[in-house]
Amino acid sequence: MKIHLPNSAFLGNIDPFIRGFDPASPDSLEITANDKWISVHPAVLSMIAALGLTVKPEKIRCQKFEAASRHYFVRMGLFKLLGIPSDIVIKEHEPAGRFIPLTQIRTATEQTRFIIDMIPLLHLEPEQAKTLGYIFSELIRNVIEHADADNGALLCAQYYKKSNSIRIGIADTGCGIKRTITRSHSADTDLDAIRLALMPGITGTTSQEGGTEQNAGAGLFFIKSIASVNRDFFVIYSGAGFYKLLKKSPARSRRLKADPFADRHTTSSAMPAWPGTVVGVDITLDQTEEFSLLLDAIRDTYSSAVRERRKGLHKKPRFS
Amino acid sequence: MKHIEIHGHAGAFAENKDIARNLRLNEIVPALEKNEEVVLDFAGVDATTQSFVHALISDLLRQYGGDVLDRIEFKACNETVRKIIAIVVDYMQEGAE
Repeated sequence: MKIHLPNSAFLGNIDPFIRGFDPASPDSLEITANDKWISVHPAVLSMIAALGLTVKPEKIRCQKFEAASRHYFVRMGLFKLLGIPSDIVIKEHEPAGRFIPLTQIRTATEQTRFIIDMIPLLHLEPEQAKTLGYIFSELIRNVIEHADADNGALLCAQYYKKSNSIRIGIADTGCGIKRTITRSHSADTDLDAIRLALMPGITGTTSQEGGTEQNAGAGLFFIKSIASVNRDFFVIYSGAGFYKLLKKSPARSRRLKADPFADRHTTSSAMPAWPGTVVGVDITLDQTEEFSLLLDAIRDTYSSAVRERRKGLHKKPRFS
Repeated sequence: MKHIEIHGHAGAFAENKDIARNLRLNEIVPALEKNEEVVLDFAGVDATTQSFVHALISDLLRQYGGDVLDRIEFKACNETVRKIIAIVVDYMQEGAE
């Protein structure tokens, strides 16, 4: 596999970075990087960490980082996590208020520990912490329950002072969304599966309305809704499928959509096949809606989506 | 009456679905089977997730129908917790009609 860290890769311009990923030869990983400056979204770091853990450390060939911003990758724990040597010397800073370094989570207990220990490091207002905790909790749980990923979830987050935003990335190298969703629903492509996974009430664990006793099929819809209401980016990439919720202009309605394709978005069904799932979310703190207002919007959308879907199953009168 | 303090089991941010499932199977269902009323006390719980609440109550609605809500009291819920419970109750009943 080959992956190149470009000069810049955030959710708005992440597409070329993903297109440059080469999944061939999965037994080895070659990491190259821009030699002037590298500034990337936490989702990019999570992807590299997740890929790196699928190969033996001696099978990772990492180009010597020359970019002035190379210290960032040490601070985020990339080399340490992958067990590869780095000669980049940094003065460790207290991470509080700035970032959550790369973290690997494989169990529900580790997840709970992470939520308790790590979210406070971001020093957020209570409402913002609630939103962040919610996003992390649902995304991590998805990996633990559905991804069948030996290495669990790889995640990290970064606070950006200039934009007053938190950017979150989580990646796994599990079975991918299509395999999970098609256990109970029909999806021809990875993108079809992503679309279904983002709809409220659709879960791979059952085709029955309301889900199973443990799964409702609501987690990703909630996360996409949080990004949508806050007018932020949300990206999900699995197999060859890629979906990006675009930022809404302030003039556009904040009304939620049950079908992700009804939102302002871009897609691709021909990305290099990612062996698992990647999610990236931006949360701009200045415009974070109060969590309880968001829940009002979700309640309306969710119920009407379920109602509409049930109506679609009703028998129709035959007229002649 | 069966009184269950959620905070004691799941903490201030109630998100662990395994804990929710265990509470449902080991505490709530046996009490309902004995025709007891159940109080789910959310005092001290600042936030929860839809997944947690789903694992806690969705199967009760499926097994016993909407009438089970007459036998369950959701106590000391803040606004966020209240709304998440309402979402789960709504979609479970929408799906069952």
